[in-house]
Amino acid sequence: MQPEVQQRKKAESFSCTIYCEALVINDPDFQHEDLNFLSRSQRYEQAIRKSSLMVMKLREYGIADPEEIYWFKRTCLGNFPEPFGLHFSMFQKTIESQATDAQKKKWLPLVRGIIGTYAQTEMGHGTHLRGLETTATYDPATQEFILNSPTVTSIKWWPGGLGKTSNHAIVLAQLYTQGQCKGLHAFIVPIRQLGTHEPLPGITVGDIGPKFGYDEMDNGYLKMDNFRIPRENMLMKYAQVEPDGTYVKPLSDKLTYGTMVFIRSLIVGDSARSLSRACTIAIRYSAVRHQSELKPGEPEPQILDYQTQQYKLFPLLATAYAFHFVGAYIKDTYRRISGDINEGDLSELPELHALTAGLKAFTSWTANAGIEECRMACGGHGYSRCSGIPDIYVTFTPSCTYEGENTVMMLQTARFLVKSYNQVAAGQRVSGMVSYLNDLSRQRIQPQHVAARTVSVRINDPVSLVEAYKARAARLVEAAAKNLQAELNHRKSKEDAWNRTSVDLVRASEVHCHYVIVKLFTAKLSEISNAAVRAVMTELCLLYTLYGISKNAGDFMQAGILTDAQITQVNQRVKELLAIIRPNAVALVDSFDFHDTHLGSVLGRYDGNVYENMFEWAKKSPLNKTEVHESFHKHLKPMQAKL
Amino acid sequence: MGSKYAQGFGLGSVNPDLASERQTASFSVERLTTVLDGGAEHTRVRRAVVEAIERDPVFSRENQYFQTQNERYEAAVRKAVHLQKKMHEMGWREDGPEFIYIYRALAGDVAFLLHRVFMRSISVLGSDEQVAKWIPLATKHQLIGSYAQTELGHGTYLQGLETTAVFDTTTQEFILNTPKISAMKWWPGDMGRSATHTVVFAQLYVHGKCYGVHPFIVQIRSLRDHSLCPGITAGDIGPKMNFEHIDNGYLMLQNVRIPRENMLNKFCEVQPDGTYVRRGSQKINYFTMTTLRVSLLSDEVILPLMKACTIAIRYSAVRRQSKLNPGEEEAKILDYQTQQEKLLPQLAAAYAFHFINNYLHKLFDRGYKEIQERNFSSLPELHASSSGFKAMLSQYCTAGVEICLRACGGHGYSLLSGLPSLYTKILASCIYEGENTILLLQTARFLIKCFAAASAGQPVPQSVTYLAAVKPGKCPAKNKLDFLNPDIYVEAYQHTAIRLLSSTAAKLQDLIQSGVKKHEAWNQCTVQLVQAAKAHCHYITVKNFVETVEKLENKAGIQKIMKHLCDLYALHGIFSNAGLFLHDGYISGAQMDMITASYLDLLGVIRKDAVPLVDAFDFTDKSLNSALGSYDGNVYQRLYEWAQKSPTNQQVHPAYEKYLRPLLHNKLSKL
Repeated sequence: MQPEVQQRKKAESFSCTIYCEALVINDPDFQHEDLNFLSRSQRYEQAIRKSSLMVMKLREYGIADPEEIYWFKRTCLGNFPEPFGLHFSMFQKTIESQATDAQKKKWLPLVRGIIGTYAQTEMGHGTHLRGLETTATYDPATQEFILNSPTVTSIKWWPGGLGKTSNHAIVLAQLYTQGQCKGLHAFIVPIRQLGTHEPLPGITVGDIGPKFGYDEMDNGYLKMDNFRIPRENMLMKYAQVEPDGTYVKPLSDKLTYGTMVFIRSLIVGDSARSLSRACTIAIRYSAVRHQSELKPGEPEPQILDYQTQQYKLFPLLATAYAFHFVGAYIKDTYRRISGDINEGDLSELPELHALTAGLKAFTSWTANAGIEECRMACGGHGYSRCSGIPDIYVTFTPSCTYEGENTVMMLQTARFLVKSYNQVAAGQRVSGMVSYLNDLSRQRIQPQHVAARTVSVRINDPVSLVEAYKARAARLVEAAAKNLQAELNHRKSKEDAWNRTSVDLVRASEVHCHYVIVKLFTAKLSEISNAAVRAVMTELCLLYTLYGISKNAGDFMQAGILTDAQITQVNQRVKELLAIIRPNAVALVDSFDFHDTHLGSVLGRYDGNVYENMFEWAKKSPLNKTEVHESFHKHLKPMQAKL
Repeated sequence: MGSKYAQGFGLGSVNPDLASERQTASFSVERLTTVLDGGAEHTRVRRAVVEAIERDPVFSRENQYFQTQNERYEAAVRKAVHLQKKMHEMGWREDGPEFIYIYRALAGDVAFLLHRVFMRSISVLGSDEQVAKWIPLATKHQLIGSYAQTELGHGTYLQGLETTAVFDTTTQEFILNTPKISAMKWWPGDMGRSATHTVVFAQLYVHGKCYGVHPFIVQIRSLRDHSLCPGITAGDIGPKMNFEHIDNGYLMLQNVRIPRENMLNKFCEVQPDGTYVRRGSQKINYFTMTTLRVSLLSDEVILPLMKACTIAIRYSAVRRQSKLNPGEEEAKILDYQTQQEKLLPQLAAAYAFHFINNYLHKLFDRGYKEIQERNFSSLPELHASSSGFKAMLSQYCTAGVEICLRACGGHGYSLLSGLPSLYTKILASCIYEGENTILLLQTARFLIKCFAAASAGQPVPQSVTYLAAVKPGKCPAKNKLDFLNPDIYVEAYQHTAIRLLSSTAAKLQDLIQSGVKKHEAWNQCTVQLVQAAKAHCHYITVKNFVETVEKLENKAGIQKIMKHLCDLYALHGIFSNAGLFLHDGYISGAQMDMITASYLDLLGVIRKDAVPLVDAFDFTDKSLNSALGSYDGNVYQRLYEWAQKSPTNQQVHPAYEKYLRPLLHNKLSKL
């Protein structure tokens, strides 16, 4: 995509945000009392109320563009999940992408009158889809599929909006026809009676109970006993079952990659946003909180002036920026090549698919830990719900699991890396982000090349540091591939060798992703035209890069990329950068531009009036409803009287 | 054994996937349990207490995950009151052997925990007369105490507290005030709704002079009708990540007058004419805190990690996912190397920390005796140890519990797994009783002093004598098996701890000599100082694990399996901090590859005993309160049955009638 086009796209989504914010923030229908004081049932009800309103308003304002819907939803619901979420993102989308034209004609108008969800995960299986146990057996006599949940483990478990909200679901099930299993396919299944909302006969459906977060979401279970649906309810754009039960195979299974890439790219963006929110709260609060003394006799300093506090927060701030750029990159790349996909050109898809799997895992793990670090940096008050960070954390942390469990994702990326390595070893050249593997063969011919590289790293030059990360990735990918080969030479089974190398393989994926992020961040710098912005972004980029080296010093030393003297310099430089970034810290989080209503944090308020607002907030606690709590009369008084 | 542990959910026998794990144990589980308990008699007493508590329906935690904050609070108060009756009934005494097991059996889910801190501070800081007056009242629960130290504006930095207590010679009273909003007491447990009295920490002023922070007993609520006393504003601080059952509170004081005798005066006293008298060290005021830090480790920090390991490891032996070998059935996720790499180091750490906790208790028992005899010489070491280990253990265990949570995939995210509540509870331990970073810096300060003393040939406390043994060199290991020799890895840890400390000391020295002010130099070195303090604690933990294993009985396979765990703990630490060990070339790149190989081999070895190793922690199903971690491994059945009990499933949800129906009908009519 041309830079001008990118600019325009960005400008569009930006104005879209502003426009949606203006619509919603000024709308009294979307005001609510603090969710922290509501029970789970109340939170669910509030979410349903707002979701219903939102759907009405989308209509009213005529908002139909997916990007606009996305921003409008974000603004209506803040960062909380909503029971209708899967209706838009999965139910409708799956019908659009996997239904035949005839099916679309039937269902898409109806979609506006039903609430649907997407039921894939089962109690016994998640990421490993082939293991799903729900069955859909074709009965040619009646031209129906008979759906069953044959075991406890086959009960659908977790789908959002399934427990209480939805009346339809797209169910993934193993298709059996003519006595043969044809693998997983998608079926549209009605689950509740239109009009009464009672579960249909043969359907057992309910809420899976309280979770860490997602209080407003009725994640549900679904058990089906000989539940019959017409043949036309199987989504048949690709695979088909003919009336007599004949199975027609789909052309390519790579097509489903597209959706996965898209959703994983959203998670990368979500990692950036969630971490940015936590950083905003922690950094603003650290500028307001005064504690202890740095210089005897002087007033208590802002805790943001302590080196240890800067060391906790600023690398995370840099990480948040890095992930923003990575998220944007994946989204742009996806847009670019999805045109090719529609043309039938799938050549770039495997690499992007492998890369997003790893980046989804890398960024969500890092953000997950980073949010906790931010909360911890706020001390005791971070632990109060009023800080807002507990909610960010519990809402974000499942993204380490959903849309592909992170370890499994890392191993998918590793599979691609090993494949690329083997191609290079066989004399082929590879392209894209893994092209550094091409250099490995050259190095084997010139072993002194490694030593020469040691002194060439300049620790103040981002471009030179990208080379260091590249060398580290090359070394660890090679090590993992060689260890895998060694295991293969000793053992019979490929799977066993793979398992015995998997810790190495995950490491290889991590360092590959780390390299990609550093590379993208560095590349971004030259695109920034404003000199002051470029200067501060360069500092952040250096901090991100050098901090990563400092934390993983072992890798760089062991590979001979950096000497221990250079590591000492890196450690020193990291601390200097902390002091350099300190004056801009609050401005850098202000740039994320979170509205107070969305931040949902007393500690992170834009005006910094923390303490008085904490007191106001606490007074609203349910335990404070009465001056003397009822348990005094029930328990305390009798106890004191008796003794 | 199974029936003894299984809860009555109408569930059948033990899941064969777990049963098979238990048949191949290389050691006697029962024997290891008694080792952990410190003898068979302790095991017997513990089990008796646990059984008595769990059989009593008042103490049930069955519906805990479905309750609101108000319900949780009320249940905790009910349990606390019932506990008094129960103790009387069972003949349990506060100083008896059963006592420590009671709170463990209740999983801390009970009110009035701060009442005990209240009593403890009076016992430690009060004069004989004060002890005689207050302790009997508190013991009989004729008052309910709390401990009010933290303020809205200040926590760990006690000197910064803003509450004031001004002595008025004419009435022989102290006048207490929280002069501004940030001075308000904030966070103390049991104070929001329950407490009638509290120990308030305030800046003492006599004749206009400030004498620093001192403790005062203040009545805050009426003993008759529980209404707030004049001049008192108090309430609950609102919802938190956990501790819904505790009414953490706020407290404002406006000209509250208390008699002179209410200042705890074993060590400091204000005489009637206003003369301030100090007996012994001021530091003793903080001794309550110091001992608290150690006493919380076992129940609040180590046990949660043990529980999380139990849940995650049992679940990983039951959960089957994907295939390791084509044609075979799906593999237990515990057989995946990546899953072992997540969980088994946590298991090893849980054992390591259990043993370091024993070490700390011995250190403190000795120190406590000395302090009672007004010998304060061991205070710095006690303070440094309690700070450093509290920080290291709480940080590690918190991370460990979270790893266990995430290792259980989606189901770990359900409250019914028990893991989210273990996590949200343990992570508070990183903050309370001293924020971890500040505690590590206190340990570092002690180490820097000792290092200077040791370098100058002066005597230093026993735990840091190694600082005198600075010797450059290289690790002598030649192959991966050498790294299973404790001498080799203990030496590596010692070397790294000394290197980090000495390089930081040198840097500090350089900065000061180059003209940087002392405090500024300190601030510039704090990141390194924290690292050095952690390395010290890590070294002591490894060393103590090795010494403990050497002393274990060489029977029933106990010593052997503990040696494996000790090796794993040590090598995992080197593997995860490779840069620190490689830095000065003490460990070479080639040696690091050997360490990695040895470490990965150990995962496979310990894998075989993983389930028996968590069984040895001997948690009952009720204490785990987890649908994933029960002894019988009937995970899915239990998850399904528990979910059906959720209040959200009791009816067609009102949200349908109120919002969904109108929405659907509106649209349906438009079709």
